[in-house]
Amino acid sequence: MVITKDQINSHGLKVEEYKKIKELLGREANLLELGIFSAMWNEHCSYKSSKIHLKKLPTKNEIVIQGPGENAGVIDIGDDDAIVFKIESHNHPSFIEPYQGAATGVGGILRDVFTMGARPIALMNSIHFGSPDIKITQNLLNGVVSGIGGYGNSVGIPTVGGETKFNSTYNENILVNAMAIGHANKNKIFYSKAKGINKQVVYVGSKTGRDGIHGATMASSEFDDKSDEKKPTVQVGDPFTEKLLLEACLELMKDNSIISIQDMGAAGLTSSSVEMASKGKLGIELNLNKIPCRERNMTPYEMMLSESQERMLIILDDEKEKEAKKIFQKWDLDFVVIGKTTDSNSLVLNYDNKIVADIPISALSDKAPMYDRKWNKSKISKKKIKIKDIKKIRIEDALIKILSSPNHSNKNWITNQYDQVVMCDTVQKSGGDSAVIRIHNKNKAIAISVDSSANYCKADPKTGGKQIVCENWRNLISVGAKPLAITNCLNFGNPEKTNVMGEFVECVEGIKEACEFLNFPVVSGNVSFYNETNSKSIFPTPVIGGIGLLDNLNNIMSIKTKNPGNLIIVIGKTIGHLNQSAFLKENFSICEGPPPEVNFVNEKNNGLAVLKLIKEKIALSVHDISSGGMLVSLSEMSISSGLGLKIYKPKKMASALEYFFGEDQGRYLIEISKNNLNRIEKFMKQNKIFFEVVAEVQNDIFEMEKIFSLKINDLHNFNNQWYNNYNATN
Amino acid sequence: MKSSVIVFPGSNCDRDVAVVLEKLQFKNSMIWHKETELPRSDLIVIPGGFSYGDYLRSGAVAAKSNILSEVIRAANKGALILGICNGFQILIECGLLKGALLRNSKLKFISKDILVKVLSNKNKFFNKYKDGEVLKLNIAHNEGNYFTDKKHLDELEDNNLIPLKYCDKKGNLNNECNPNGSINNIAGIFNKDKNILGMMPHPERMSDKFLTNEDGLGLFLSLMN
Repeated sequence: MVITKDQINSHGLKVEEYKKIKELLGREANLLELGIFSAMWNEHCSYKSSKIHLKKLPTKNEIVIQGPGENAGVIDIGDDDAIVFKIESHNHPSFIEPYQGAATGVGGILRDVFTMGARPIALMNSIHFGSPDIKITQNLLNGVVSGIGGYGNSVGIPTVGGETKFNSTYNENILVNAMAIGHANKNKIFYSKAKGINKQVVYVGSKTGRDGIHGATMASSEFDDKSDEKKPTVQVGDPFTEKLLLEACLELMKDNSIISIQDMGAAGLTSSSVEMASKGKLGIELNLNKIPCRERNMTPYEMMLSESQERMLIILDDEKEKEAKKIFQKWDLDFVVIGKTTDSNSLVLNYDNKIVADIPISALSDKAPMYDRKWNKSKISKKKIKIKDIKKIRIEDALIKILSSPNHSNKNWITNQYDQVVMCDTVQKSGGDSAVIRIHNKNKAIAISVDSSANYCKADPKTGGKQIVCENWRNLISVGAKPLAITNCLNFGNPEKTNVMGEFVECVEGIKEACEFLNFPVVSGNVSFYNETNSKSIFPTPVIGGIGLLDNLNNIMSIKTKNPGNLIIVIGKTIGHLNQSAFLKENFSICEGPPPEVNFVNEKNNGLAVLKLIKEKIALSVHDISSGGMLVSLSEMSISSGLGLKIYKPKKMASALEYFFGEDQGRYLIEISKNNLNRIEKFMKQNKIFFEVVAEVQNDIFEMEKIFSLKINDLHNFNNQWYNNYNATN
Repeated sequence: MKSSVIVFPGSNCDRDVAVVLEKLQFKNSMIWHKETELPRSDLIVIPGGFSYGDYLRSGAVAAKSNILSEVIRAANKGALILGICNGFQILIECGLLKGALLRNSKLKFISKDILVKVLSNKNKFFNKYKDGEVLKLNIAHNEGNYFTDKKHLDELEDNNLIPLKYCDKKGNLNNECNPNGSINNIAGIFNKDKNILGMMPHPERMSDKFLTNEDGLGLFLSLMN
């Protein structure tokens, strides 16, 4: 049999890539082998366009136990506790079938975490939709939110927040990035690397069906008008089985019977078996007649490429089969020995007593194509928008417009569909700067934040890359946590286009510089290319998921103001950078010019100072300043507590809009008691940090002297209407 | 006091409730659904979660499990039974409590803090609360919209068999503070003998000062009385 050009194309491979396959095999491939190559060589599994750039990211430091390359990253948080976490995209499936796409995105990332021996303790997400004005957005929003909730609620892991954004750039390519965080004993981490010859390879979990065949290949190509026809490539989630699999795996992990374990994620049985063998420099032989199938007459091709969910591959130590089987039977899950490790260094598949595929493991992994794609430096607009160039607007009108916009509205409509407190360790839910989850039975906690700034990244990919890392760092600091490490999900367009590749390279460069400066390593992540429809790429959207540590829960901080009479100070200098701001976008639909500059030295100094003020109990509430600028952040503090603010008139009223809506970086709002003002002055002087007093906490009224006055209730209502109104109309 | 927490495949609040019971020095056992015997227990808790995935009607499969016939036997002998959320659904499916829990009126999963009013404290479950006390508890469910026929509803109302109703800050009962459309704002009900309680809100989630409040702790303390 000779593979035709059509077959190569329909597998998402290029003709020259097939030539390489023939060379590696020394012969023509059969159709099953072609399928296996396509599953392993697609962008999603092979990182062929991104690998050489990802290598530049800092991935190690004193707390990193496991960096990228495993199912998830692992960091040390002291006392033998480890945190296992990762973020991953499920963009393409979620656009085609929002409920199942999002649900299985959550399922997949949970498996990545518990595969490593960690009990998942929290879920987060970053979801991006197109303009609310187009019809499908409402359907996608409802489907994705229900899917995320439906899965996490059922498994019983709290979904504690994230971000939801709308931008017409996602009209035909939504983003659904899910992050899972788990807790493990640092001496009991499980890896995917196989060890030893003639060890049993065991299949556990759900049966294999025809769903999701070639899902990873679908996720590695752009969409066109016929994308709807790809529906059968989306998997169907079963959170109940996931919960059983989670408990069964954790039960089995209590002793030492597992040599290695790998979840069957993208490219299912193919990638899991190849990855285990490849890491162990071994071969693997499977008998496909043993695979538990959901449907009759499934072919080897379908079995190897199915992306049915809730399945795992385990390599067991000798003589552990009986005990292990007992555990999986208790949980009513399939447990079948389907093969063994070999010294052949090949993937050998048997079916009906015949060898149906025989491929050197290295051909599927190390020798997969790697591209140094051509890229262009992005053109950065220098255009500065001056306040005198735009139409006059009253401060309070501009504020209300931002607070009631889809991107800045309160997201209770979403988060009320997520169980945020199951497991009873949620110390701080969504709505603040970071979620805070207690380590079970201990007086310490982790903080989690997920951030992105696509507009900044589009305007200047490198600065944007720096900014999101810094914003994430700031969000962790704001709840009193010491930032430790991040995971990233890099969502981009078609890497074969030089400008898209350029955006990718520069964003990664920005992320790298920030992570290096802040000692904030990247320990896991995922790249999603081809977020493009009919040749239109999305804005570059790297998403950062960061973890911080609160070693003493008594130092937890929130954005909620505490007492009338207290002062609010702003730390960090306000210049009034309006380009790419929410102020210009929401009020004037202007999205031009460069994003705000990032100054690493100030960022770090300011952040560490805030952390110190929190520890010394001088800071009573803290909120970082981000999208929308200072006035939006002040109003969020007020809405959160129900207390008002008297905001001081700035010295130069002419530039008040710039002062209150500018998005200069590295700034925090902090509530202090009046008595501490002298102490603060001294402290700031010593640490060479700029600060000024901007407001005083009071009851009920949110006002600026002689400029405007709003009731807190009204402010709250402006911020709480959009989602309900949007979803009330059909 | 001896307690048992029943664990079904898909239960996910079993640990949460066990933590509270153990904190209060209950001698607690976790009982797997395939067991055919139940240790002697003063209190049996059926926890929240998604038993058997709840792919059929919520609680319907759990109601037919091995262990449930033991729970029913213990209930008939007077043991105290507490069904929380999915546990309430199971108690209804197995017939220990009457009525039905329909999909929430707005057809969405709802998870949030809500307020309930204690309407009956002369019983084993609420004796530590004041009559009319307003509690802040958390709900998380898809099917918590309690419904029953007129005759049964009258029976519940006339015999003080509704210990909890959704209310506002001042303890008023109205539509705005009813999160799921339950008839008469019902959040929990008793059987005739008041030894079986089914409730949608999670008291175990409000039993740790550090996380939230301790409004739910009183229920477990009452049981010890």
